[in-house]
Amino acid sequence: MVEPIIQIDKLDKSFGPLKVLDGLSFDVMPGEKLALIGPSGSGKTTILRILMTLETITAGHIKVCGEQLYHMQRSGHEVPADEPHLHKMRSHIGMVFQHFNLFPHKCVLDNITLAPMLTKGEVRAKAEQRAMELLEMVGLADKAKAMPAQLSGGQKQRVAIARALALKPRIMLFDEVTSALDPELVEEVLLVMKRLAAETDMTMLLVTHEMGFAHEFADRVLFFDKGRIVEQGSPDKIFRHPSHERTQSFLRKIIAAGHRV
Amino acid sequence: MTEWYGYLKMILDGAAVTAELTIMGSALALLMAFVAGLGRIAPWSPVRWLSSIYIEFFRGTSIFVQLFWVYFVLPFAGITLSPLLAGVLALGLNVGAYGAEVVRGAILAVPRDQSEASVALNFTRFQRMWYVILPQAVPLMLPTFGNNAIELLKATAVVSLISLTDMTFQAQVVRSQTGSTLFPFITILILYFIMALAISASVRGLERRMTRGLDGVR
Repeated sequence: MVEPIIQIDKLDKSFGPLKVLDGLSFDVMPGEKLALIGPSGSGKTTILRILMTLETITAGHIKVCGEQLYHMQRSGHEVPADEPHLHKMRSHIGMVFQHFNLFPHKCVLDNITLAPMLTKGEVRAKAEQRAMELLEMVGLADKAKAMPAQLSGGQKQRVAIARALALKPRIMLFDEVTSALDPELVEEVLLVMKRLAAETDMTMLLVTHEMGFAHEFADRVLFFDKGRIVEQGSPDKIFRHPSHERTQSFLRKIIAAGHRV
Repeated sequence: MTEWYGYLKMILDGAAVTAELTIMGSALALLMAFVAGLGRIAPWSPVRWLSSIYIEFFRGTSIFVQLFWVYFVLPFAGITLSPLLAGVLALGLNVGAYGAEVVRGAILAVPRDQSEASVALNFTRFQRMWYVILPQAVPLMLPTFGNNAIELLKATAVVSLISLTDMTFQAQVVRSQTGSTLFPFITILILYFIMALAISASVRGLERRMTRGLDGVR
């Protein structure tokens, strides 16, 4: 029996008086491709940010690769994780952001090689070789020496994907990676992600408003509303036969807004 | 005519002292600006308090009084400094306090998502600051640092209080010896202006070098 790679157990998250996640529990199996959908403010992006340790949690437990993410054992007691523990846990996880977050003062190649060199002690030659392979994969080998400001949004996001892959994480988080792109640039990014999903056994969590893509990409879809999972299942079940009224009305609104499902 | 040449020489000797004070004072100010500026945003509260106290104290009292204390009062506590060292210390600590707020402001002006990207790439706190935040924050600091350095240059004129023979002091001497106000004060007017121009030009050069390739980002 394979153990889940991510186990979320009764997770609460509040921003001041606002409860964003409310007793949330779900597991993710290794290699699974998960799509998280739902209205804005439903907490789906917060889950990714919590997994990347960009937020703190209010209550509950998360296990990643069999180990507690936000807790650790000290002389038999459970205590909040310290920075070295978080540092160790982060090495399992990579994230791609809505606004790319490339380093504007570094060329494309250096954006990709910086982390492997700093956090894994890789030598430059090896890091650059791997970076070029990744750029090849995202179709941007000719842009290695370009500065981020010279790239289109779609190109930037492909570089950001390559940058996250350079650390070979077991889990990749994609946070609305096409939402900031002009419509005609969305396809090139989705294409890269489709290839990635087909070619690797990485576990992927995807927060998206591209329902068509989620349908094609995901093994399982979770529909969130108000910090809880309202409904989950295969893409066909969620998109073709949603059983919950809230899922149905959300999908109706998405379709009315012109997105294909 | 040779007589004027001698007086000019005196003023130029003073200019050397002024330049020395400016360069060494700016170096100390830069150091203090980073120490206290980073201290203000440190994750440890005692460090933040110490930095705030330093900044508020040195911004809130006049350089004239600070210089007086460093040179005339510290000896009572057993610390005797040479006039040059006292001058550098007072100028550097004073201007550094202003610089610290510039450092803090520039670091906070780097978008948060840069820091988040470096967390996601598993950088340590130090690596985050050194490789990602500071390279983007320093270009933002430079214009104000240029201003501060020029302010420091002009503030050096107060050191005559502690018997340093800087440019302004020498001009006063020449004035009292020759009875001419025009000659010494036109000379130092020009000299201060040239030094200030040199500062602006080098800061602008630095700025150009550091923002190369960043066009269109901000």
